[in-house]
Amino acid sequence: MRGSVAIAGVGLAGCGEAPGWTEMEIAAAAAKNALDDAGLTAREVDGVVVASTNIFMSGLALAEHLGVQPAFTESTMVGGSSFVGHLIPAALALNAGLCGTVLVAYGSNQRTGTGRADAGRHKMALDPQPFEHPYKPFNPPTSYALAAARHMHQYGTRREQLAAIAVAARQWAQLNPEAFSRQPLTIEDVLKSRMISDPLTVRDCCLVTDGGGAYVLTRAERAKDFPQPPAFLLGVGAAHWHRQISSMPDLTVTAATESGRRAYEMAGLGPEDVDVLELYDAFTINTLLFLEDLGFCEKGEGGGFVAGGRIAPGGALPVNTNGGGLSCVHPGMYGIFLIVEAVRQLRGEAGARQVKNAAVALAHGNGGVLSSQITALFGTRDTL
Amino acid sequence: MSPPCGPEKRYLDALAAGRFEIQKCAACAKHVFYPRVLCPHCGCGELAWVAPNGHGTVYSTTVVRRKPADGGDYNVCLVDLAEGVRMMSRVVSVPPGDVKIGMAVQARVAEGLVEFTPA
Repeated sequence: MRGSVAIAGVGLAGCGEAPGWTEMEIAAAAAKNALDDAGLTAREVDGVVVASTNIFMSGLALAEHLGVQPAFTESTMVGGSSFVGHLIPAALALNAGLCGTVLVAYGSNQRTGTGRADAGRHKMALDPQPFEHPYKPFNPPTSYALAAARHMHQYGTRREQLAAIAVAARQWAQLNPEAFSRQPLTIEDVLKSRMISDPLTVRDCCLVTDGGGAYVLTRAERAKDFPQPPAFLLGVGAAHWHRQISSMPDLTVTAATESGRRAYEMAGLGPEDVDVLELYDAFTINTLLFLEDLGFCEKGEGGGFVAGGRIAPGGALPVNTNGGGLSCVHPGMYGIFLIVEAVRQLRGEAGARQVKNAAVALAHGNGGVLSSQITALFGTRDTL
Repeated sequence: MSPPCGPEKRYLDALAAGRFEIQKCAACAKHVFYPRVLCPHCGCGELAWVAPNGHGTVYSTTVVRRKPADGGDYNVCLVDLAEGVRMMSRVVSVPPGDVKIGMAVQARVAEGLVEFTPA
């Protein structure tokens, strides 16, 4: 699979607030932007891929909305990691010749859409979870808080160290005109903000925004036909060991250890080869766990690793260069935005936040409550 | 389908009658929670019901913050039972923030729910 497919176009739409827009409209607007970026129209799309927390048979809905009659449709739903995970079936379908142009899209009006509380109640009725819901975890924050508390207990990780992750994300967001939260943020601010589920404050938690994103995937040999420099898929791997936090074997070790190993193996690369990282930061603890589990530091050393601005602009390791889910955008599921930013960095079009000479980018998706872990590695033509 | 109901209903019915019971695999002898049709350790389909001794250790804990008007803060935790299984629960009879990882706790059934008190 290495180097056999490439991203030819990316697009965003409705990021921040998009009042009056439906989820599918935001997804379609992002799709249009990604197709424009690739110099294509919807008429040329023959593979449609999407996931939604709300829309039943979302693959059918998106194709219908776009007027596409696809030869390949895929809508596996593994939470926020879905859109990284979609690379696997999409690449297999392209390589098998089932289709030639795959569009992957997502849209959400989580911030301004109405009826969220109702939807939450309905979902709870359909999926009752009698071994967790009676204790009223405020999810997802409570599940991630349990992981953070355990990491702090086991390794001496401190709240200030988690806060440094939120501050680094904010500093990247300040370099990104498209980011939602750009006002200054200090470690003190994070520590003093409203506690949600100990030890996580509201500033340890991702944003709730609207927004959509999309990318176009084609076989690599077509890549020369497109106006943008292609981002080649070098490796991808997926792993999951639980759905609910009460079934997670060890709250300090995620299945990213396994997804990362698979992706590195396919790519023939290791963490030392990665120039820029996009890690799914729904909460500050995510970034820390994924830096450990993807091999950027030893298990238990993430707290010290992120201190002193190492992952902030100007630091040794650029992480979440768009500002991440913590400060850029987080409309329910963030996975697609990891890929959009990774591609922009590899093209060298990220403006003030551009990582110099970025040739290999890692996008790591997380879904559920540290449940689904999917790692992808992309590279420029020079890395093939 | 020989038992009259699935394991989830079997568990919840026992709990409603005041009995906390978990499963134990007939083949590998490991305990299983939450209730399942197959043993997640070895795949065996024969799972017996046993009463755990109720001894547990807090594996992780959090305080969910809630406005006093809505009932105030409360504890949510993960408890490792002596039988080797983990469950979500809460520790009561102490302030939610006083629940610590590693604390020894004892199970009880209250209003159809398993909860814990400091041992």
